[in-house]
Amino acid sequence: MAAIPGGADHSHDHAHDHPSGFMRWVTTTNHKDIGSMYLWFSFAMFIVGGIMALVIRAELFQPGLQVVDPDRFNQMTTLHGLIMVFGAIMPAFVGFANWMIPLMIGASDMAFARMNNWSFWLLPPAAILLTSSLLVPGGAAASGWTLYPPLTVQMGIGMDMAIFAVHILGISSIMGSINIVTTILNMRAPGMTLMKMPLFCWTWLITAYLVIAVMPVLAGAVTMILTDRHFGTSFFNAAGGGDPVLYQHIFWFFGHPEVYIIAIPAFGVVSQVIPAFSRKPLFGYASMVYATSSIAILSFIVWAHHMYTVGMPVAGQLYFMFATMLIAIPTGVKVFNWVATMWRGSLSFETPMLFSIGFLFLFTLGGFSGLVLSMTAVDVQLHDSYYVVAHFHYVMVAGALFSAYAGAYYWLPKWTGHMYDEKLGKLHFWLSLIFFNMTFFVQHFLGLAGMPRRIPDYSLQFAEFNKISSIGAFGFGLSQLVFLVVVLKCLKGGEKASAKPWDGAEGLEWTVPSPAPHHTFEVPPVVK
Amino acid sequence: MGLFLLAGLAQAEMRLNLQEPITELGHKVYDLHLLMTIVCGVIFVAVFGVMFWSVFVHRKSAGYKAATFHESTTVEILWTIVPVFILLGMAWPATKTILAMRDTSNPDITIKATGYQWKWGYDYLKGAGEGISFTSSLSTPQPQIRNEAEKTVDYLLEVDNELVVPVGKKVRILTTANDVIHAWWVPALAVKQDAVPGFIRDTWFRAEKTGTFRGQCAELCGKDHGYMPIVVKVVTEEEYAAWTEKKKAEQAAAADDPNKMYTVEELAPRGEKVFAANCAACHQANGQGLPPAFPALDGSKVVLGPQDGQIGVLLHGRQGTAMASFKHMSDTDLAAVITYTRNSWSNKTGEVIQPSDIKMARE
Repeated sequence: MAAIPGGADHSHDHAHDHPSGFMRWVTTTNHKDIGSMYLWFSFAMFIVGGIMALVIRAELFQPGLQVVDPDRFNQMTTLHGLIMVFGAIMPAFVGFANWMIPLMIGASDMAFARMNNWSFWLLPPAAILLTSSLLVPGGAAASGWTLYPPLTVQMGIGMDMAIFAVHILGISSIMGSINIVTTILNMRAPGMTLMKMPLFCWTWLITAYLVIAVMPVLAGAVTMILTDRHFGTSFFNAAGGGDPVLYQHIFWFFGHPEVYIIAIPAFGVVSQVIPAFSRKPLFGYASMVYATSSIAILSFIVWAHHMYTVGMPVAGQLYFMFATMLIAIPTGVKVFNWVATMWRGSLSFETPMLFSIGFLFLFTLGGFSGLVLSMTAVDVQLHDSYYVVAHFHYVMVAGALFSAYAGAYYWLPKWTGHMYDEKLGKLHFWLSLIFFNMTFFVQHFLGLAGMPRRIPDYSLQFAEFNKISSIGAFGFGLSQLVFLVVVLKCLKGGEKASAKPWDGAEGLEWTVPSPAPHHTFEVPPVVK
Repeated sequence: MGLFLLAGLAQAEMRLNLQEPITELGHKVYDLHLLMTIVCGVIFVAVFGVMFWSVFVHRKSAGYKAATFHESTTVEILWTIVPVFILLGMAWPATKTILAMRDTSNPDITIKATGYQWKWGYDYLKGAGEGISFTSSLSTPQPQIRNEAEKTVDYLLEVDNELVVPVGKKVRILTTANDVIHAWWVPALAVKQDAVPGFIRDTWFRAEKTGTFRGQCAELCGKDHGYMPIVVKVVTEEEYAAWTEKKKAEQAAAADDPNKMYTVEELAPRGEKVFAANCAACHQANGQGLPPAFPALDGSKVVLGPQDGQIGVLLHGRQGTAMASFKHMSDTDLAAVITYTRNSWSNKTGEVIQPSDIKMARE
């Protein structure tokens, strides 16, 4: 990008050396454009996955079959999971990374600008493959997002489409991660040592390594399913010398780090927002870095706690329980650090701060239900029940999604040059908070009382809580449209944002004007 | 009004905790879960007590000025070390419970539970009742599921043949599966064990009181995953002895002579029953199936084609589709159901498949 003729004067419009209209977005190599596309894409996928969630909750509103048949129901749970994990949350945080990492470290763009374009444009075909698989004979994959064989071997062509979509999404996130690692390690402004980086960059550096390490593992696992399906191999078929449980080991060796691939950038966002609105530096910066790294390392050695009931040796159950419990320690350090950052600060509660506090409160709740689940003997009761569904929605929705909202509200002024509508933002937060808990808190009780997950119909004792949960889900879904309104309003106009609209905010991103010009930091700033 | 609400809640049975356990192990799990929840709850209240204190007191709008501290090695070490001890305190009872849970030695009765899409098969392998064998499928009528009839109290948690076990005896359950992974879960017994095709896993329980206890398959196993409940009937030892006698007598009476030659009239009604219990979930009672995932049998090329082809599909399943192998069924049942499909709906082959044909195909 630096080779564009015209040299030093880059502060104004650049339409003359870029294609305009649609082709601008297809060919762009600008990290801000690509970041925006990632964010819009993930929001669109969030809506698609959300509609599927509402189909699920509509069916579960009362006992009996009303809305979809059981096979369609299973397709809904499967695609909801795949789309939310790979299509919504992961791309959302890659979008944040694209937009903010160069601005935070004083780089002019991402290291591999063209690869950046390619890693985004792989996403839409994958999304089309996934969603259109609903229309093929036999319907979409209906095996749950975990794609356990031998069930996956029974499915129709929708399963193959899901496998290819996972391949493509995996390639995209690996390329995105290589870009992030290279950018952070090589393109920091002079004087910005690693331990001076904003914590968001640290969390993404660690996450990117996790992605590079585990996405190929997932690709291998689903490829083995593909060859079992079509080429007569027996990786997961006992009759041919394979083992269905082998798949689960491989999948969760990817799957557990994946949980942290989603959670760690969320930690990063919150670590930017809480100090800004506490008007006080982040407490324990160094220990935050160490805690995040420990979580990442531990995430590789706890995978089989997703499989306590497969019948592994008791020594294995004990080992995975102890290792899993260890994660509570660095996670606790992080929570304590955030609370200590707020302690004796000068707090104000704009929408980003509200979402961060919501994150802190509810993510910790999800962490505690995780600790309960880490106990093998208790997990044997709760495994594959609605307790687990409640647990991971606390960490995925109240964790990752709330933090993404915190980040979006925090940086919207920088992206658009306008302040968002604070009243609507707060409305969005409070509606989300109330309806989220209404949807998912009661699911703890359903799981404890014995309701299995992934069932389209249930016995009468579960009727009341399911009704509450379904009403909450529809409320939560509709509340998210408030966010869309806020963003559209903010794009159109509103109060002009200054370069640094938050008085407590720190960092290089606040030294450039709002909206951030197309090209920033062509001359690297010097960090003292 | 308040009373009315309370009555409504009580009636609705909105259970907030694990089901009442009826095994010693179940009590341990119940207590462990309660302990964990309380410890976590206390820590949660303490941490967020501090946070909300800060939220209410350290406000900019109240004129509070921010302090500047941003680290404290002592505090940071403290809140790393203290949780270690809390976790150690939790790990101790958890470890003891797991060790007890996995001790399946010296059972009084051993029963094999086999997961099929979508029902359970039980074989009493050892101990009192040895040799008894039956399948257990959902008995809730379709109209209830389709909302055409009032749902009864055990909706989706009722089966045609319950698993009967004596009270106070150590029952070891071996789990396996015929097609995909299932999981055998009865909450009141505190038992959940995956049933993996091609492998045998085990678990155990010793019921402390009599009664009927209900659970469900816990591992997603396809279309009717939500429709394969598990019902365990715990009875006194005398009742158990009587039940085994009765069951064995029934089994002896129902035993088929493998060499008998049947007519269509003899086999088709039996085949209709077998079809309803095993095939209708996918291929539908009217033989139209749910294409394309579950093909129609009415007018099907396989059903109207050579017998060996259809027998082969039933014995070996169809790799890459939901059609599982049904080789676990008796020769007579298979012969009956094949005869039925070849002579039902618009299929009029007039052919009779004999048990001996199946026996030959197996060899």
